[in-house]
Amino acid sequence: MSAPAESIAAPDDDLDGAQQQPWWAKLVGGSSIWIGLILVGLIAAFAIVEPSSFVSIANARNISTDAAILLVLATGQTFVIITAGIDLSVGSVLVFAGVMSAKAMDWVGGDGTGTIVVGLISALFFGGVWGWVNGFLIAKANITPLIVTLGTFGMALGAALVITGGIDEREIPYDLIDTVGTGRLFGEVPWLVVIALVVAALFGVLLAKTRFGRFTYAVGSNAEAARRAGIGVDRHLIKVYMVAGTLAGLAGWLSLARFGTTTIGGHSTDNLQSITAVVIGGTSLFGGIGSILGTVFGVFIPAVLQNGFVITGVQPFWQQIAVGAVLIAAVYLDQLRRSRNR
Amino acid sequence: MTAGERTPLLEARGVVKSFGRVRALRGANFTVFPGEVVALVGDNGAGKSTLVKTLAGVHSPDEGQLLVDGEPVDFNSPVDARAHGIEVVYQDLALAAELPPAANLYLGRELMRRGLLGKLGFIDDKAMKRAGDRSFHDLGVRIQDTNAAVAAMSGGQRQGVAVARAVMWADRVVFMDEPTAALGVVQTRNVLDLILRVRERGIAVVLISHNMPEVLEVADRVEVLRLGRRVARFERGNVTMEEIVGAMTGAIEHKENHA
Ligand SMILES: Nc1ncnc2c1ncn2[C@@H]1O[C@H](COP(=O)(O)OP(=O)(O)OP(=O)(O)O)[C@@H](O)[C@H]1O
Ligand SMILES: [Mg+2]
Repeated sequence: MSAPAESIAAPDDDLDGAQQQPWWAKLVGGSSIWIGLILVGLIAAFAIVEPSSFVSIANARNISTDAAILLVLATGQTFVIITAGIDLSVGSVLVFAGVMSAKAMDWVGGDGTGTIVVGLISALFFGGVWGWVNGFLIAKANITPLIVTLGTFGMALGAALVITGGIDEREIPYDLIDTVGTGRLFGEVPWLVVIALVVAALFGVLLAKTRFGRFTYAVGSNAEAARRAGIGVDRHLIKVYMVAGTLAGLAGWLSLARFGTTTIGGHSTDNLQSITAVVIGGTSLFGGIGSILGTVFGVFIPAVLQNGFVITGVQPFWQQIAVGAVLIAAVYLDQLRRSRNR
Repeated sequence: MTAGERTPLLEARGVVKSFGRVRALRGANFTVFPGEVVALVGDNGAGKSTLVKTLAGVHSPDEGQLLVDGEPVDFNSPVDARAHGIEVVYQDLALAAELPPAANLYLGRELMRRGLLGKLGFIDDKAMKRAGDRSFHDLGVRIQDTNAAVAAMSGGQRQGVAVARAVMWADRVVFMDEPTAALGVVQTRNVLDLILRVRERGIAVVLISHNMPEVLEVADRVEVLRLGRRVARFERGNVTMEEIVGAMTGAIEHKENHA
């Protein structure tokens, strides 16, 4: 029952003025700016060590193409983690959606735009269905997200294996590979990268500026308070997991375009990679805090490390060690920030 | 001004609510008349907060009836209670700590941008912050940086945010579940003054408090809850602190008339 400090503080009768911060103060106050500076620092360091091969358009293209599909997954993962949840199923959902997309395109036949669009819609649909399953079990059956998505992680991959008999589908329309997979906007920027950045930008705006985003933060910050404020918490959670599932579906379609095959065996660590990226980007595993901009940085830091180590001739295995250390540091900083606040 | 002649604004009759084997409310009655300040008192665990949550649509009663203006109502969610102009300062405050105060004031009722952007779901954070700053100013809630998250604020400031939210939206009744528990002397004074100002606007206030001098100062009536039932009702001026405490603890038995 101690008197709070503000009772002593001089009254501040100024309504507007004074409190207005310049735009950069907000940026510096947020944690994404530090992550961004680390990314810039890494790029600068590699550029100094190996200017000729690291600093080139071709290399920037390599890095961002490698990061593009992960960025799509991590965008959905950001929403989920802000609700204080987790989605371990994204990689398997990617595979399942890719398989269904390939089957659908095979079934329609041909090589044209129509076929490709059917493939896209199937991928989004089947991704969304897995997302709904996750969200429904988490919100309505009250099972913890870790267990639900660990379950669907196995189920979605198992289902993909059952459907394909364990053999990768390679009948992908050539036009898809040629345009989305390897094509470039203005002959320079890979379409994969363009699509991933557009997705990140759209969902970044959704998160930061809309009611959907506000509810996402509120649910993660205090679900009971959100409920009492009249927010349909269960429905919102289902929607958020559907966002993550649908984006994993999109990633599945992008992956078909990039590799020309369903790559069934190649996504077992996508979940951990996307979680790593989101957490490095300053999103809190406790919920209620995070941003897509941070996630973009969080996706690129491991990608730049990987590429930089290869180019500078460091054994690339060091990348895993470095990324792990950055991850732990990011979570430590988050905890510091929280304990200072409470 | 005798209680029996007016239609209560809000009434609970014979409300039963159990949590597993804990029977929090055992046929509780409660009455709020228009424009009055009524104190709801009782020992720890008497069921005060449970009763408030029931009247706010957070819990649905196992048995019993809620009435607004004498008409039976069912509150299936807090939204239903709000639609009748009922707002609550919860004992746990129910704030989203990671969000700034203005976002909490408007939680679930966000101001939308005008025109197409609004239809697309864009919210107007600037307008909410402006309105929030103004209402904190009016209520004397001192917050140094209204851009910072609620988590960064003192207990008293948080309580101020929760009170401001309830007062801002209430049309008919504000429940305040121990609104002064974390407050210093000056802030407690502010909240008590605020309660009287809210009453001047014709809005009823239900004050839950363990602080008897505070209760005696502002309440027009006092209702006492004990072990999940209403055991006594007092009018202002006809009651001493000893009588209230006696009813709370069961030392003095009163006739509760189940009208
Ligand atoms: N959500 C819940 N789940 C289980 N038991 C509960 C729940 N809410 C309240 N109870 C129980 O119901 C009883 C009444 O609790 P309530 O919070 O209404 O008391 P109160 O009068 O507000 O007490 P206080 O003065 O300590 O705030 C207590 O025994 C409490 O343990
Ligand atoms: Mg209580």
